[in-house]
Amino acid sequence: MPSPLVSPVVFHLGPIPVAEEVVTTWGILVVLGAGAYLSTRRLSARRPGRVQAAVEAVFVLLEDQIRGVLQSDPGEILPFIGTLFLFLAVANLSSLIPGVKAPTASIETPGALALIVFFAVHFFGIRDKGLWPYLKSFAQPSVVMLPLNVLSEITRSFALMVRLFGNMMSHEFIIGILVTLVGLLLPIPFMALGILIGLIQAYIFAILATVFIGAATETLKKASPRT
Amino acid sequence: MTTQELSIICATVAVSFGAIIPALSEGRAVAAAMEAIARQPASAGTLSRTLFVGLAMIETMAIYCLVVALVLLFANPYAK
Repeated sequence: MPSPLVSPVVFHLGPIPVAEEVVTTWGILVVLGAGAYLSTRRLSARRPGRVQAAVEAVFVLLEDQIRGVLQSDPGEILPFIGTLFLFLAVANLSSLIPGVKAPTASIETPGALALIVFFAVHFFGIRDKGLWPYLKSFAQPSVVMLPLNVLSEITRSFALMVRLFGNMMSHEFIIGILVTLVGLLLPIPFMALGILIGLIQAYIFAILATVFIGAATETLKKASPRT
Repeated sequence: MTTQELSIICATVAVSFGAIIPALSEGRAVAAAMEAIARQPASAGTLSRTLFVGLAMIETMAIYCLVVALVLLFANPYAK
């Protein structure tokens, strides 16, 4: 059985090997970009078309969820979290197309996304609080907690990566084992379960990113009335 | 016993314990959330969002075990 930790290389771009997942990601980028361009080309406040109504429903859903977590106006992090969720949902569900392997099922894509979230948390935190108060918040209860707080920053990003990778990869692995064992029809209920797993993992990844950003930016809003 | 046989056994043990204990604790978390939703159906939205985040945290432990097992089976630095 092939190892799930290495991804097959399709072609070489000069000295750089291009893996199968990278090609799938390019496809998803094109689909999402074209979809976003085409669905927002003819917007109208008076007479929204069907496409506009559907896109607005998705937007309102995302905004409500983020507002519920942050307990404040989502404003500036909505584009980031929304893009993350839409990309993850499409990427997780792309394994339903025959012959396409979900890019999130190999460890590089979740790693890249978790790294983006890691830097975004610090970016929003520093921008909201300023550099020195943000750095001081790591030693918040006392200086003894400093190494633990720094460690938790790293481990939670690692957990974010491993959770997405583990769920998507193990699901594909189980379907592969079932196909080799019993053949054609039995894996179908498991593939239906895969739709649920993919959407829930995209939701959890986006919600956890929101929670992390909220935790990095929130302390000031709580502390500001006192100072 | 060779390193390969040993790592197969260890991978099985890691996955089995990593499945049992998170499964029990996830069951307790879901049961508590169900009870809370039954008492206060109005707060179901907040409860289920918190439940999902908590379940993701618990599930992480199980997936750590899975990744350790996969590393033992496919990327073991000590075998060969």
